[in-house]
Amino acid sequence: MSAYDGTGPEEILSVEHLGVRLGGRDVLSDVTFAIRAGEFTGLIGSNGAGKTTLLKAILGLHAPSGGDIRIAGRPRSRRNPLIGYVPQRYLLDADMPLRARDVVGLGLDAHRLGISRPSRERTDRIDAMLAAVDAQGFADSRVGNLSGGEQQRVLIAHALISRPRLLLLDEPLANLDLRSGHEIVALLARIATEQEIAVLISAHEMNPLLGVMDRIVYLAGGRAASGTTAEVVRGDVLSRLYGYHVDVLRVHGRVLVVSGAAGGGPDGQSEHPVEVLA
Amino acid sequence: MSVPLATVFGHGFFESGPVHTALTVGATAAIVSGTVGVFAVIRGQSFAGEALSDIGAAGGSAAFLAGVGALWGFLASAVGAAAVMELIGIQRPRGRDLATGIVLGASLGIAALLLYLGTTVRSTTGATVTILFGSLFAVDPGTIPAIVAFSALALAVIMLVQRPLLLSSLSPELAAARGIRVRVIGATYLLALAVAVALAALSIGAILGTALLIGPAATALRLTSRPGRAIAIAAAIGMAATWLGIVLAYDSFYWPPRGHGWPVSFFVVALVLMAYLVARLPAMVRRNH
Ligand SMILES: Nc1ncnc2c1ncn2[C@@H]1O[C@H](COP(=O)(O)OP(=O)(O)OP(=O)(O)O)[C@@H](O)[C@H]1O
Ligand SMILES: [Mg+2]
Repeated sequence: MSAYDGTGPEEILSVEHLGVRLGGRDVLSDVTFAIRAGEFTGLIGSNGAGKTTLLKAILGLHAPSGGDIRIAGRPRSRRNPLIGYVPQRYLLDADMPLRARDVVGLGLDAHRLGISRPSRERTDRIDAMLAAVDAQGFADSRVGNLSGGEQQRVLIAHALISRPRLLLLDEPLANLDLRSGHEIVALLARIATEQEIAVLISAHEMNPLLGVMDRIVYLAGGRAASGTTAEVVRGDVLSRLYGYHVDVLRVHGRVLVVSGAAGGGPDGQSEHPVEVLA
Repeated sequence: MSVPLATVFGHGFFESGPVHTALTVGATAAIVSGTVGVFAVIRGQSFAGEALSDIGAAGGSAAFLAGVGALWGFLASAVGAAAVMELIGIQRPRGRDLATGIVLGASLGIAALLLYLGTTVRSTTGATVTILFGSLFAVDPGTIPAIVAFSALALAVIMLVQRPLLLSSLSPELAAARGIRVRVIGATYLLALAVAVALAALSIGAILGTALLIGPAATALRLTSRPGRAIAIAAAIGMAATWLGIVLAYDSFYWPPRGHGWPVSFFVVALVLMAYLVARLPAMVRRNH
């Protein structure tokens, strides 16, 4: 989608040889990739591959056991206004006395102490943000009563209103039907190009993202392969990552990563049944 | 209209010292409870509030045995219990019920002992009843300055941490991602909750304290989707319930059985419950159609 080369847009996120240990287990080891401004990157991996762990490490919520994370060239700090975040599977409580616009407003100044002073400028900014994610229709509704897709839009607006350079989304498509999922993906791709924001979006299924992904970071076995989809979604590259033979099948315009099709299952046994990995 | 008013207020209501104290303490406790209670409901910490209030039974009876004001007993026990809850891990979603349950069990045991000692050693049940079920008419007017000071403190704390507290309540993850120290904010809130509960326990008793904390807040949250308005509505409902409760209790001295007034706490809790039911009514009617 967006063009980039060695001298292209600024590098917003760089992860080098990152390792994360949780509960005495190396969930991630030696993960390396970089994302530039305006790029839409898919973070793909099956359940338990470490997608959430990687996003939380970038946010600074997990301390790395090794390696380095840089945001716009600088080591990350506790409150990093350059990063916006939409957590996984978040369903907002129906008891929350907050309208969609209040949640978006909290994205602006929730870290501040004292009472927020309403101002024309603040309201305008919130309205503009709600419009950018097509959420004007339910701006004054209680967030807990909104549908999953509507809540997703509100949370994206919450993450974007502080004008981050990097937007992290953890499985935003998991609860959505195909159409809402498609709308969210299109919206995020548009925001990435229009606002020059680097978007890193995790998913266990790459197909909904294939048309819009500039790059892919594929997680398996605690390690990552990254590049364009053409570079990464290949049998040899993914076999090396998984540590056993996998095949990449293209059926009806969809991509399937399967193990066991041509001899070697995860346990190396040839009679292992075919298993779809991604 | 003027006839019933005259009958209610006709017995020297406004000249009575205990009435003045009751109105002041009741209003103060209602405002703090309403404000803090809104966050207790949205944070899912009603059970913690209930436990902190019940613990007041231990603190209140200890204060009675030691001969100090009930306020200090309620405050010390609630704040101490809040600290223990925080240490056990009320900040973790799973730890919440556990921490609350452990503290609640332990303190009810202590309360049972102290209440027993209170009734046997001092050979009176009056104090025990006051600790458990409260009496706004029995509050020592000398403690009003302290009550007002602690209320102001709790309100100031809530106003100060309001925004980080709201986001932490909405999603601890979102708050942490914005650099908010979720645990510090949670502990700060728990402290304000302890103070609010102590005041509520002093007003309507340790057993009924949560009614003032949770009832008006839950009602307000049915009526509005805005946190600021919810707080104002909760405080107003709480104040209306306590004041009306005081008026009715004062008047009930002239109800049967004559000469034995009905407890203020009964009226306050009944009015709070009525407000909640009225607020729920539209939704309940809608569901049945
Ligand atoms: N706090 C923790 N302590 C110990 N192990 C953890 C912790 N958090 C995650 N893990 C483990 O790390 C691995 C990766 O988890 P993670 O949540 O990052 O996976 P994921 O790719 O996001 O999976 P999903 O698609 O199910 O969301 C899992 O095996 C999980 O059990
Ligand atoms: Mg995950």
